[in-house]
Amino acid sequence: MSSIAKKKGFGASVWDYLTTVDHKKIAILYLAAGGLFFVIGGIEAMLIRIQLAKPDNDFVSAGLFNEIITMHGTTMIFLAAMPILFGFMNAVMPLQIGARDVAFPFLNALGFWLFLFGGIFLNLSWFMGGAPDAGWTSYASLSLASPGHGIDFYALGLQISGAGTYIGGINFLVTIINMRAPGMTYMRMPLMTWTTFVASALILFAFPPLTIGLFFLILDRMFGANFFDHTMGGNTIIWEHLFWIFGHPEVYILILPAFGIFSEIFALFSRKRLFGYSSMVFATVLIGFLGFMVWAHHMFTVGLGPTANAIFAVATMAIAVPTGMKIFNWLLTIWGGSIKVTVPMLYALGFIPSFVAGGVTGVMQAAAPLDYQLHDSYFIVAHFHYVIVGGVVLAILAALHLYWPLMFNQMLSEKLGKWTFWFFFIGFHMTFFIQHFLGLMGMPRRVFTFRADQGWDLFNLISSIGAVFMAIGVIILVINIIITVAKNVPVGNDPWEDGRTLEWAIPQPVPFYNFKQTPLVRGLDTFWIEKQEGNKEGMTYAEPISDIHMPNNSFIPFVMTVGLFVAAFGALYNGEKTWAVPVLVLGLAITLLSMAVRSLKDDHGYHIHKEDLMNEKGGK
Amino acid sequence: MDFNTKYTPQTWPEHPEQVTLEGKNKFLGFWLFLGGETVLFASLFATYLALKNKGPSGMEYSTQTLFELPLVFVMTMLLLTSSLTSVYAMYHMKNHNFKGMQTWMAITVLLGLGFLCLEIYEFNHYVHIGFTYGQSAFSSAFFTLVGTHGIHVVIGLVWIILLILRNAKRGFSLYNAPKYYTASLYWHFIDVVWVFIFTVVYLMGVVG
Repeated sequence: MSSIAKKKGFGASVWDYLTTVDHKKIAILYLAAGGLFFVIGGIEAMLIRIQLAKPDNDFVSAGLFNEIITMHGTTMIFLAAMPILFGFMNAVMPLQIGARDVAFPFLNALGFWLFLFGGIFLNLSWFMGGAPDAGWTSYASLSLASPGHGIDFYALGLQISGAGTYIGGINFLVTIINMRAPGMTYMRMPLMTWTTFVASALILFAFPPLTIGLFFLILDRMFGANFFDHTMGGNTIIWEHLFWIFGHPEVYILILPAFGIFSEIFALFSRKRLFGYSSMVFATVLIGFLGFMVWAHHMFTVGLGPTANAIFAVATMAIAVPTGMKIFNWLLTIWGGSIKVTVPMLYALGFIPSFVAGGVTGVMQAAAPLDYQLHDSYFIVAHFHYVIVGGVVLAILAALHLYWPLMFNQMLSEKLGKWTFWFFFIGFHMTFFIQHFLGLMGMPRRVFTFRADQGWDLFNLISSIGAVFMAIGVIILVINIIITVAKNVPVGNDPWEDGRTLEWAIPQPVPFYNFKQTPLVRGLDTFWIEKQEGNKEGMTYAEPISDIHMPNNSFIPFVMTVGLFVAAFGALYNGEKTWAVPVLVLGLAITLLSMAVRSLKDDHGYHIHKEDLMNEKGGK
Repeated sequence: MDFNTKYTPQTWPEHPEQVTLEGKNKFLGFWLFLGGETVLFASLFATYLALKNKGPSGMEYSTQTLFELPLVFVMTMLLLTSSLTSVYAMYHMKNHNFKGMQTWMAITVLLGLGFLCLEIYEFNHYVHIGFTYGQSAFSSAFFTLVGTHGIHVVIGLVWIILLILRNAKRGFSLYNAPKYYTASLYWHFIDVVWVFIFTVVYLMGVVG
């Protein structure tokens, strides 16, 4: 039997997950940790909507409200959406290209632990003197003036988790370039793999500016530097540039994998080849490219001048073109298909109108003169929630249902799934559609309350009721997950019956070494081709059964991360506590020593022998 | 491909760093990492240019009064030469001459150490005359840009020293060839960044 099926004690399982380098287990870790942060960010969202449900509310104080909105945004972007997407990329992409694992399994584990500890560090701020309160963008003049340690937690926590994301990005890139199965040419890669590829490239080039920006913030606040302090010759706009050079590609890092997920869903449940595959690939790459050209559209009102504003406005509008191509390709994929409206398909169908609405308001804001009116109003809040929730979150929920059988060999209840969808979908539009009008009526974003005579009462109340609907949807989802896990009914191979791509060709539960023999890819939707030709074996294979080389588990990623976690506390209290510098040095020493150990100790991995693989086949 | 296979100069592959899948992955992954590092330094350079000579009103420090080219010229020569010696090391790796590679790597380290000592001397000098880290936006940007490069030099030196010591008795294998190769890539990258620092910070600082 494979080691996955072996019953293990609780302690052994925990140790297994602490040391694992298996992309499928790391995917589960990402999903679990990201899910937890999603719930935390969701609770913060509910607190915001309770506070704004009626005028002159004093449910939370103004200061606490600032902390809540900051942590809501930061948590949802960095600690919920991105890690959950990373979870699906990890679970699906290596199987989709027929790889044994990712290129650097050790770094994969390291990336996860860095994200998790960065997230924990950030959230510890709640208990250690107050959370960051300068908004998720943390503009420098405001964040330099923020008292307490909130902003320090923000800068250090994001630095740690950002390093994890960066590592993950490189890892996915190398995996996709070097480890595709024979026959898997670039133009046969499923869209999920393509979008992972482009999103990873964006991570590679977008995260370093954030790293530098955060370092400046850390150095300014904790180590006496003067990057942003204008009395010392500094320039606060530098932060805005660095942040948005990262920040704009970041939204494509989030939305491209969402596009990938929906492309898989539309083809799968329309039982048709994805319409315009090559134009989809082209559009994905083009969006990734243009994503770096538009950051200053977040800064139209800063005063960069009409020339800069005009250039960035035009570049921003240009992005609507490849995005529009994608929308039409999805519509034409459904057209004439033999459609099955499963839960993932429901999300995909709901996604199109929602995301188009968010895209249209985006083009509106791209017009710089109009943006002067809309800037920092609830119109902006409505816009980015339409693209992030209507795009990314719907994709995450869809992928959760779609890939649950692949990851856990169980099927989430379709019935409860539909309840979740309708509650969430209706709640989402109820919450955010009306915020467009609040914005047009002049309600600024990030205000902790409003007065009764401003005429915003009813719309805010409707918006808050919508948020309750979304919360109910998520609660039903959690119940669904609990019931499914408790029942634990195995699903068997090709759980959706119409799997087209390679990940559905693998036997369930997925063996820890993935494909026993590396498959031969004979075209786009390779599994579908094999099924159409009546291949009983599932796939055509590129090699006979032979020894499989596997990496060893390792505890070092965890230790390395703990070192940085400790060091972050040292930096945080620098100049304030006497133990700060020793702790900083100690933490860095732990990290650097474990890096040295990793480098000096030979780690050749191990082999699964051919005979054992043959026996397994017989035993089944 | 077995890591433990012993090779002779005749059987040693032409690109030993890229024979195994692990080697190929390291090679590509490291190039990508350097791509990200380029953006990292680009951000630092942009910030430096924006904050050059900017400080509290009446600041007496400027690039013209601070920098002295002779010292920087020596540093540049040391680092450029060290890049050349690391190329020699890689040449010997290709030819399966382990001793030659170790020797040239060691010379690279010595040259790098020389560079580092001069940089520490330079920084110490600036701090001594009052141009401290927090003195102005200019000083913060200068020390952060050049210091980040300096930290890269330190990391590169420790890395190469560890490689030399760890493999001293082991000779070549397909397991350590990619490690040497990526270390030398890293060293070249450090050198390239320095060329830009020399031009943008020092030359452009003194000239205009």
